[in-house]
Amino acid sequence: MAADHHHPADLAPIEARVAAIESVLVEKGILDTDAVDAIVTHLEENLGPMNGAQVVARAWTDPAFKEHLLDDATAAIDSLGFGGPQGEHMVVVENTPEVHNIVVCTLCSCYPWPTLGLPPKWYKEPAYRARAVREPRKLLAEMGTLVSDDVEIRVWDSSSEARYLVLPMRPDGTDEMSIGELAAMVTRDSMIGVQRL
Amino acid sequence: MVVDGVHDLGGIAGFGAVDHDTDESAFAEHWERRVFRLQIGSAPLRANLPAFRHSIERMDPAHYLSSPYFEHWLTGAATRAVETGVTTLEELEHRAGGRFPLSQPDRGSLPDDLTSRSEPRYSMGDDVRVREWHPHGHTRAPRYVQGRRGTIVRVHGVADVDDIRAHGGGSVTDPFYAVRFTSRELWGEAGGPGEVVHVDLFERYLEDADGR
Repeated sequence: MAADHHHPADLAPIEARVAAIESVLVEKGILDTDAVDAIVTHLEENLGPMNGAQVVARAWTDPAFKEHLLDDATAAIDSLGFGGPQGEHMVVVENTPEVHNIVVCTLCSCYPWPTLGLPPKWYKEPAYRARAVREPRKLLAEMGTLVSDDVEIRVWDSSSEARYLVLPMRPDGTDEMSIGELAAMVTRDSMIGVQRL
Repeated sequence: MVVDGVHDLGGIAGFGAVDHDTDESAFAEHWERRVFRLQIGSAPLRANLPAFRHSIERMDPAHYLSSPYFEHWLTGAATRAVETGVTTLEELEHRAGGRFPLSQPDRGSLPDDLTSRSEPRYSMGDDVRVREWHPHGHTRAPRYVQGRRGTIVRVHGVADVDDIRAHGGGSVTDPFYAVRFTSRELWGEAGGPGEVVHVDLFERYLEDADGR
C-alpha cells in the first residue's frame, strides 16, 4: 500500500484518523456514540479495583467464601455481583509465605474487567509483557517488590479464555479492622501481583 | 522461518524498565476513549474478537512497537472495517487528510481439524509437550512455549478455539488447560530458580510429553 502513489505521503494525525473511522461508522448507522458513551462511562465508574478489593477483603474474613473463591472463582465473584464481560471464567491464585503470583498477558492485554476495570497502560506495554515471563523476580524488584529467593514465583500468562486475580496475603496487624477498612488497603497492583501489601 | 507476529512478546530481550505508575484511569487521552468506544460499539467490529486481535497482530512490526496501545486498536478496527466492506482505505485517507496505515493482509488459514471436542484428554499432573507449528494465522499458543514440555495444573473447561474463530470457522470447541513450565525449560540456563510460568492452552495445541 505504501508504494501506491494515490495514497498521501504524510501520516494523518491520530485524532484525524480516529475521526475518520468514527464518522464512517456513525454515518452508516453502525455506531451510536451517545448510547455507547453510557456503556463506557459505566465501565469507567463501576468497574475497577474497588470491586476486586471487596472480593479480597471478603476472602480474608470469611473462610467459607475463600474456599469457594479458590475452588470456583467465577461463581464466588458473581455471588458478590461482580460478574460480566471479561470475567466469565475467573481464576483466583493465592499468595502464601512460600508462593508469590503475578499475572501478565504476553500476547495482548487480557485482564479481569469486572474486578479490576480496564488495564493500566504499563500492563499493555512491551516491557512488562516481554519480561514478566522471562525474569519475574528481577522485574518485581525493579518495580519495588522484593521477593526473596526462597519464595516461588508463579507467573500466569492469561489466555483469551481465563482471567486471573491474585489474592494477596492479609497484612499483619489488621485483626481488628472491619471489612471496609481491609478493602481500602487492597490495591490494584497487589491483585495483579506486582506489589505485596 | 519465523512467522510469529510482533505482538508475541513473551521473553524478548531489550525492553528495559516498565514505565509503572499507580494511575488507575483507563484512558490517557480523549482519542483513546473514542477508539475504545467505536470498537466496542460497532457490531461488525466487535462480532469476532479473535479476528479483531489478529487484525492487530498483523500490524507492521515497527508501527506496532512505536505506537501506543489504543493506536493498535484504531489500526485493527480500521483494518477490519475495510476488510468487511464497511469502508475503503481511500475513504479513510480522504477523511483523515493524510496517510492511514492499516495492518498487513491476513495470511492465516483454517486448521485441517475442525472437530469440536469437550471431553478432556489430559488431567492434573499429566506431562505434555506443546506442538511447534508457528502458524501464519491467529493462535493463543505463544512462541516461547511452542515445543516446550510442561505439566497440566488446571483443567479449565471447554471454550471456542480462537485460531478457528479468527479465520471464519465459527464455534469449534476444545478443552483448555493451565500448563506449568519451569523457567529452565523455557529459558535454559538463563531461567531463574524458583520461577515457573503458566500458560492457558487449548488441547489441540498439546501432545503427550513423549511425542504421541
